[in-house]
Amino acid sequence: MNSFCTVFKRELKSYFTTPVAYVFLVVFLFFSGYLTFKQGFFEIRQADMQTFFMNMPLLFVFMVPATSMRLWSEERRIGSIELLLTLPITVTQAVLGKFFAAWLFLIIALALTFPMVITVSFLGNPDIGLIITGYLGSVLMVGGFLAVGCFFSAVSKNQVISFVLSVVVCAILVYAGLPSTLNYLSTFLPAGLVSAIGDISLKSHFESLQKGVIEFKDISYFILLITGWVAACSFILDERKTS
Amino acid sequence: MISIKELRRNFGSIVAVDGVSFNVEKGEVLGFLGPNGAGKSTLMKMLACFLKPDSGTATICGYDILENPVEVRKSIGYLAENVPLYNEMTVGDFLNFVCDARNIKNKDRKQSLDRIVPMCSIESVYHQTIETLSKGYKRRVGLAQTLIHDPEVLILDEPTDGLDPNQKHEVRELIDNMSKDKCIIVSTHILEEVEAVCSRAIIISKGEILVDSTPEKLKEDYKCSLDEIFRKITSTKAA
Repeated sequence: MNSFCTVFKRELKSYFTTPVAYVFLVVFLFFSGYLTFKQGFFEIRQADMQTFFMNMPLLFVFMVPATSMRLWSEERRIGSIELLLTLPITVTQAVLGKFFAAWLFLIIALALTFPMVITVSFLGNPDIGLIITGYLGSVLMVGGFLAVGCFFSAVSKNQVISFVLSVVVCAILVYAGLPSTLNYLSTFLPAGLVSAIGDISLKSHFESLQKGVIEFKDISYFILLITGWVAACSFILDERKTS
Repeated sequence: MISIKELRRNFGSIVAVDGVSFNVEKGEVLGFLGPNGAGKSTLMKMLACFLKPDSGTATICGYDILENPVEVRKSIGYLAENVPLYNEMTVGDFLNFVCDARNIKNKDRKQSLDRIVPMCSIESVYHQTIETLSKGYKRRVGLAQTLIHDPEVLILDEPTDGLDPNQKHEVRELIDNMSKDKCIIVSTHILEEVEAVCSRAIIISKGEILVDSTPEKLKEDYKCSLDEIFRKITSTKAA
């Protein structure tokens, strides 16, 4: 536990000692607000945050890999992984420490969108439950993307490669579940397979949370997604740390 | 304190370390010599539990490197070849991070820092970011990281590489002062260093031990300088 906390603390601090955190926060907060108002927040004439959460998958497909790409690529490129893993810290502790630090950082970014909540509360009487499940869904989705990014960051020493691969996989996770994609797939794939693809996609699970439905299957989907990719990350890192 | 048994490691078709065995006891300073690519760093990485051996094993302070890697890492101080550090941290933050990782707390931490910072002469750069430091200072910070928990076993991979003559002298003195109650393995290319600090020398080439002796005995046997001995031994192997 001590080793986990050590890695966690160092990682979280490192976001704020470099410009990474500030650039990320400014860009993220700008676009999360811009897209919401651009896509008819006022025209809908409803005091809810649906337009805000609707854009989250698109934003995070790019933003999360941008934070995760350096997690392990950088350590391997400058060789500090040799320092980290010759201290009394195991690979699993290091992977989890970094993952949770990055996750907390992204949760902070989400928390900083609180002016949106204030805005809708000022304009009307929003359903607080919906807002809470919307944020819960976003936190879980970010965790899923981050786990994917963490894995690809361990795969390559090159940050650009990690970034591109993570964006592609995250985008597939989101866009495979779009009705248009599923309609197209159903023209040549059996119905069972198409609905399986729909279930594997993050889209439907995120949307049901966004609608205020907390179901076991959605929560377990995200937990499985995160555990799977994080476990794969620690496996591949153990194999490739020296190459 | 260190006992290595038939350690072997390949990288693809290249044999980096080929069934090496030896023991090192407390109070010994072992100079580890060999041309570039001889397998020195690979062997040291395996001892520091960073790299897994293909076969064979080693015990350090009674702990096996395969079965108990975390305990091994607790009891050793390891300085890697290019001294990787976290460049965006300040020296103080970095040393505190290492204390965290090694579970050195409160009073012990203060004591360790008070001991190590003057010992490695890094007081003047304590609040500076590591990336702004010169190579010599970076290496001293690396050394401070290695020594902070006062380990019984030290594994130093080319600790004087890239230092100026004064700094080299300081590092050698540091090693000399600690040699009585520790077990130290130093890899180096600089043969005068072996004469100055080592009580024993092992020459390896292509992953095999060619010579295991003391610097004095080597000079007696070959009746020439260590430089010439090194060239003779390693070039016959290469040819």
